[in-house]
This record gives sequence, C-alpha cells and structure tokens, in this order.
Amino acid sequence: MQITFELNGQRTSVEVEPDRPLLWVLREDLGLTGTKFGCGRALCGACTLHVDGEATRACAFPIKYAEGTAITTIENLESDPLGKAVVDAWIEKDVVQCGWCQPGQCMSAAALLKEVASPDDSAIDAAMSGNLCRCGTYPRIREAIKVAAANVKEEQL
Amino acid sequence: MSLERRLQHAFTELAKQNHEQPNSSTVVKAIAGQSGKSIQSRRTFLANSLAASGGLALAISLRGNKVVSAKEATISAGQDGFSPNAFIDITADAGVKVFALHDEMGQGTHTGLAIFVCEELEIDPSEVRVEHAPADGRYNHAAFGVQMTGGSTSMTTAGEVMRKAAATAREMLISAAAERWSVDRTKCRAEDGHIHNTESGQKLGYSELASNAAQLEVPKDVALKAPKDFTRIGKPTHRVDSASKVRGTALFSFDRKVDGMLTAMVERSPYFGGQLERFDDSAAKKVPGVRAVVEVDSGVAVVADGYWSALKGRRALDIQWSPGRGAMLDSRELRSQYHDMAKRKARTVESEGDCEQSLANHETLHASYEVPFQAHAPMEPLSCLVTLRDDGGADLVTGSQFLGVDRMLVAAKLQVDQEKVSIENSYLGGGFGRRANPKSDFLVEAVDVALAAKKAGVTAPIKTVWSREDDIRGGWYRPMYVNAMSASFKDGKLDAWRHRVVGQSPIRGTLFEPVIVVDGLDTWAVEGATKLPYHISNKLVELQTVTLPVPVQWWRSVGHSNSAFAKESFLDECAEKLGRDPLELRQELLRDHPRLLRVLNTAAEQAHWKQPLPEGMGRGISVHESFQSFSAHVVEASVEDGKPKIHRIVIAIDCGPTVNPDQVIAQMEGAANFALSATLEGEITFKNGQVEQSNFDDFRVVRMHEAPKIEVHIVDSRDPMGGIGEVGVPGVASAVCSALHDATGKRVRRLPIGDQLS
Repeated sequence: MQITFELNGQRTSVEVEPDRPLLWVLREDLGLTGTKFGCGRALCGACTLHVDGEATRACAFPIKYAEGTAITTIENLESDPLGKAVVDAWIEKDVVQCGWCQPGQCMSAAALLKEVASPDDSAIDAAMSGNLCRCGTYPRIREAIKVAAANVKEEQL
Repeated sequence: MSLERRLQHAFTELAKQNHEQPNSSTVVKAIAGQSGKSIQSRRTFLANSLAASGGLALAISLRGNKVVSAKEATISAGQDGFSPNAFIDITADAGVKVFALHDEMGQGTHTGLAIFVCEELEIDPSEVRVEHAPADGRYNHAAFGVQMTGGSTSMTTAGEVMRKAAATAREMLISAAAERWSVDRTKCRAEDGHIHNTESGQKLGYSELASNAAQLEVPKDVALKAPKDFTRIGKPTHRVDSASKVRGTALFSFDRKVDGMLTAMVERSPYFGGQLERFDDSAAKKVPGVRAVVEVDSGVAVVADGYWSALKGRRALDIQWSPGRGAMLDSRELRSQYHDMAKRKARTVESEGDCEQSLANHETLHASYEVPFQAHAPMEPLSCLVTLRDDGGADLVTGSQFLGVDRMLVAAKLQVDQEKVSIENSYLGGGFGRRANPKSDFLVEAVDVALAAKKAGVTAPIKTVWSREDDIRGGWYRPMYVNAMSASFKDGKLDAWRHRVVGQSPIRGTLFEPVIVVDGLDTWAVEGATKLPYHISNKLVELQTVTLPVPVQWWRSVGHSNSAFAKESFLDECAEKLGRDPLELRQELLRDHPRLLRVLNTAAEQAHWKQPLPEGMGRGISVHESFQSFSAHVVEASVEDGKPKIHRIVIAIDCGPTVNPDQVIAQMEGAANFALSATLEGEITFKNGQVEQSNFDDFRVVRMHEAPKIEVHIVDSRDPMGGIGEVGVPGVASAVCSALHDATGKRVRRLPIGDQLS
C-alpha cells in the first residue's frame, strides 16, 4: 500500500504493509533512528513524535493512519524555535544519561510547551508521565522544561 | 583474600588466557587452578600485567621493549594521523579523538575519561570526540585485566591510564612544535588545544602538528600534572554526549545496521530450563518478509526483513515446550520456602564475638525482610548484529559492558581464535548490569542465530533483537532474597546482630565461580551484610544458597540492594525497640567510621532532621558504604489513597575526590529513582512456572508524577576515590520504608511496597 505524508517538511511516499507501525518505517525504511523503540505498546514514550503537532507514540501507530498527515521527528525538532529551546535546555542541563528515552522526552516536552507556555509541576506531570526514563533523569527533565519555557518567553518579550 | 583482590585476580588470569587465545573451558580451568594463590597489590598487578602481556594500556607503544615511533605503534590513525597510544588519535580532519576503554551507558564515563585526557592534553572536553573502543586487549580494565565496565570502577581505575596517554601526546606535540619553530621545548606550552610559542606568541593547533608528531619517538616517561594544578578534574563539566543523544544522532546498538542486514527474533522457552519439543513454522513462513525459521539453542528464531515481519512471523509459530524444572516456579511458594529456610541456621560467612550466646541470654528482636526478583529493563532492548566471516570468525556490533568476556565466549561458540572475532561497541541504552552477562547470552545467541540461518541458506548479516517482553521475561534477574534479622539487647544497648541471607548465587555456574565463590559461599550475595560498620560486640552473617532454574546476575549495586534494605530497616526497628532516635543510634554506633558519620550528619542537617513535619508525613534515614563510597539518604514520605507518596529525598555522598561533580549529582539522582522503582512497584514474579510480568504496564517503573524532589550534597573529601554509578541505590528502600513507618506506624518488610499500605 502506498502511503504519502509530510515528514519533517518533506513530502514522503512509502510502499508498505498498512499495519506496520510508523516507528519501523522511520527507523528501517527511512533511516531515521532518532525515534527510539522501548516497549512496542505505547507504554514508555521512547518513540514519541508529532503527528499534526500532537505527541504520538510511533510504535503503536499503523503507517496507514499517516496518510495525509504532517509528521515531525526529533531530527527536525530544532527547525521550530520552541523545539530548539527544548533541545538547548536539555543540553544546558545535561539531562541525558543513557539517552535512549530522551528524544521522546523532548518531543513530549515540545508538545506540552505548545499547549502551555509556562507549565507548572502538575502540568509537567500530566504531560510527561507517559515517557519513562529508567536512568531516572526526571528532576532534570522537569528543570529543563522550565528553562525552555523561560527562554521562549524571554525571546518573545 | 578480599573480594576485590579475588576479582582482580580472576580478571588477571582471564587476561593472561585472553592473550594466549584460549577457548572458554581453558579459562575456567585456569581460574580454578589459580584461585588459591595469593594476589599482588593492584599496583604490582598492573606492572606485572604490562610486563607479561605487553598489551596493556600504553605498553602498546613498546614492541618487544623497543621504543617505536608513534607511526609504527598506531593501528587506528588515518593518513596524517597521530596516535601515540591506543587511547588518543589526532588527525588534521577529525581533531582529537579519544578511545574510551569503558562504555557509556548513562553513567557519564565517556565524559569522565575525556576530562582525564583533557586535563593533561590542555584542551576543552567539548573539543574532543569520544568513541567506544572495540574489543581489544589494549583496552582491558586497568585493574581487572579484562575489557569490561562495571563495579563502579571506571573513574577509580582508568584515570592514570588516560592521563598518561594524554600527557604522552602533549609532550610529543610540544616536541613537534619546537622542531617546527626551531626553538627549545621549554619555550613551548600546551593550552586550549594549541601549542603556544611563549617567545614569539605564535600558536599551532594540535591537528596541524599531528603529522609531525607522528614521526617522533614515543617518550617512555612523561610527567603528569600535580593535582594542585588541575583545571578540569573535579570541576563541573558538560557531558560530551548530551547533544548527540538529545538530537537522536547518537548511535546505539539497536540503531546500527549494515547493507543487506536482516532482523531476527527468538521465541525462547516460557519456562526457564524448558526444552523445545516440536514446532510448526508453516504459518510463520507465510508471513511476508520472513526469510527463514531456524532452531537455535535457546529456541526458535525467525529471520525476516525487519522488526515487524520478524515479530509477526514469531507470533505465527506453533511451538510445544517441555517445561522441565522451571514448571515448579511459583513466587508464593518460593517465598514460603525461603522464609522456612531462613528459620534454620545457615552457613557462617563472618562471625565476631558470640552472637548465638548473646541471642540466647538477652532480650531479642527478630524480623524478616524480603526482596523479589528484579529485571534490569534498560530502556533500549538488547540487540546484537552479526556478520559471519568466510574464515569462520564473525564481526559483531552491539552494546555491551563485557567486551573482553564476550569476545572469548563468542570465539568459543564459533570455535575459532579470538583474533577472528571483532566486536564494535555502541552507546548502551542503559545497562544496570544486564549487558555484562557472565555467559554473553545475547551475543552468543545472536551468533547462534547467524550460524543456523547460514545453514538454512541465509548468509546475510543478521541483527537479533529483543522485544520488551523478551527482556522482562528473559531472566538474568537480581535474585530474590529473604533476610532473617535478629538482635539482642543488653543494658539498653545492641549486643548482638545476626543477618542471615537466603537466596540464589548470581555467580554460581559462571566462569567467575571459582573466584567469587569462596568455600561454597558467594561473597557477593552477602556484601553489605558483611563488614557491618555498627559498633556491636557480637555479629554473625550467614548465607543459605538456593538453587533454582531462574538465571540471575548482578543488578545495579549487586548484593547491596538487598543487604542494605535489611540492615538499615532492622537498625530502625532496633532503635524503636530501644526508644532511640534512628539518627542518634546510628551516630553512636558509627563512632569509629568517620566517613559514614560525615555523610549521615550531612544528610540529617540538610534535611532538617529535627524539625517537625506536617501531619501525615514521615521521615526515614539510612547510611551505607558500597563500592568504596559512602552515602546517606533522608526520605520524606506520606501515604495518599493507600499508595506511598515520596516527596523529597536528601542525599549526602562521599566518593572521595570527584572527577565531574555534576555527574556525581546526576548519578545519585538517577540511582534514587532507579531504586525507587524497585521499592514501590517493580518486581518479577512467577506463576505456574512462568514470569507474570511482560512490559512496562505490569513491570512498573517510576514515572514523572511519582518522582520526588531530590537534593544531592557532595561531601568535600580528600579520602580515597570510590565509585558512583551504583552507590546511590542501596540506601533508598529502607529510608523510604522507615519514612512510611514514621508517617503511618506500619512497617513494610517486603519489597515492593505495592498495596501493602492500602
């Protein structure tokens, strides 16, 4: 089945089995390995990306539903000023440890900041509790989200 | 002989054998034969290893005791490259590259190693590239003699090696510059990635000097900087891997591929020790993308174009297993059997005074503590890519903590010399001990898959991958333990302390058994219970080893994750019995242990121990030594809707001098959450012989909304440097349970807490 969508700003067509998860099309067919595999059942958030701006778990998203959508992966997050603020804050705060979950964390954080410009702790809890980090970097993730929010706000002033 | 010494000895023997290219059986024999001999000091051992193997660290520059030029010594430098040793490579194009002898699994080791190099090479860590070293004896652990990462030892053992490598490069670059400018070496100085001419003010970048430096002889002895002159070691430094990991460009094992690669998944027995009886692959073979279905030692492998087709093919298999001994596994029964065993005397590991007599003659307190099997569950599932060579060897790409052992065991599997096995390492998406498998399970299995596929006519490179379910159900857990604790009290003081551990040995049946298991006793199963620091006259540690078909191995902090929970929880119960404040009792009993006392007091002060808490909140404290470091935890917790709520954890850590204090903080923060997962919800249980958990819905890991505020206080210390990667785990569980007891009056003696407070 041919599926056509916009991937990181580029019109992309793939000829694939319709039930195959978007995650594997990205990683195996399109060479974008920044989106990670952690559980296969939308339980851990390692594969989070944006489908039409919404945080989505690619491991449980059959490629057929990608038809006509606009998909953003971690590889293109920085093209958006808000996404760049997230990546910068993550680097500044040295959030990462093993790093496997962090692209997904950043995608969830960017989606949150699009909705809530200055999220408080409970908003962060709500938006980020679907993204697991086995290394336990949560304190720094929380901090980095606040730093990113503050930096975006400052730029807008 | 101390455990550390025995371990060093084991690896020394492994390294010697490694050099002689043995198969795995000779390794085991060699260790067994040597295990009774005495061991030299770490320093002597290093010197001897250098002399014996000519293959350790900087010794690669010395071929047959003849000093050779850097150009000759190098094996990795490209054209115009400069590689004075195995650890550093400077080229005009790529600049300074550091080959890390230890892997990066999150613990910040690549940054730490870069700091050592940059301190001596006078360049900013952000200016160098750090890469994983391949499997190669030159990258053996500086103390253990085999290539590996574990035991929280990278910073404590690799510093001198990396600094010497960098200082050698620095001196050669200075010589090259001096030659270029025709000035005396003393007029040249290394700074900011350049050699500066102090007379003329000229400067040359290291890359510009690389080809000149490559022509020079490698100096034998170079001076290292004095600690007072350090500008980088001990200062907060940004991680070298932050940007690539955040941007998704860092490559992990699961991300690696080669042309024409296929993907395999293995259906393993749902019963540990179960046997494949028969299988029908006719439906699996019809799944689009499936290339082959082959039987392997561990089960049935489906080889396919990609993950999805492999998974679908695997689901279509019809397999019959004979359960074997694993069929009897049932956690409820196991628990009751363990508790029964814990009532009986076990084998003495360590004894001081007369514990039994004191217990018989004075007032006593008894309590049992229990921890379950724990999965490591690194966020990146396991994988290993294998390309079989025409010469019978293989090229592997994976993410492993254990390259030295892996190479031996893979060579043994292929029945070839180790020279015919190459292993390339990648970033590890979490390790926690799982990727240091004593049997190299996921590498050897991947080789097995490739061999079986080849027989079936599929010769492409194959990456064998694990699903999350494979990982959670795949074994190699932290063992389940029951601890029977007893104390006696005389004149209002603790007079006797008995700690009896019941559980499996993670070491038995591995090639480490002859070394770690002393007289039938696994010293790692009781670490943290032995060498009790508390000032008590009569002490006894006992171990009852259980044999089960569940494969077990080390899990971040190894024996300490169990022993510290029992030890610190029981001390709290003793304090309650004596009507003493748990902090004050610890202060009194640790009067001969200044480092423990210091972290204990620091944590208590920073947490305002004496200050009352709001209604419903409780506080708990713990203190523990592990991996030559000392930590104390104060936890504030309450119970909300029957569930524990952890509000804040205050941590004090003394790991001696730090290399990168910010990463010490990061490790303590992360370890607290890692330990919290095992304290609150995480466990592996068995029913009808099978693991009950399968993924992150039933193997629960702490999430953002459950993660507490964490404060880390590093105690300024000039004492010997200790480890950091595992040190933050042991003290968490008991402090949490003590805090919950303080809040509710209920004692939790079995982990995880789960719904025990509802």
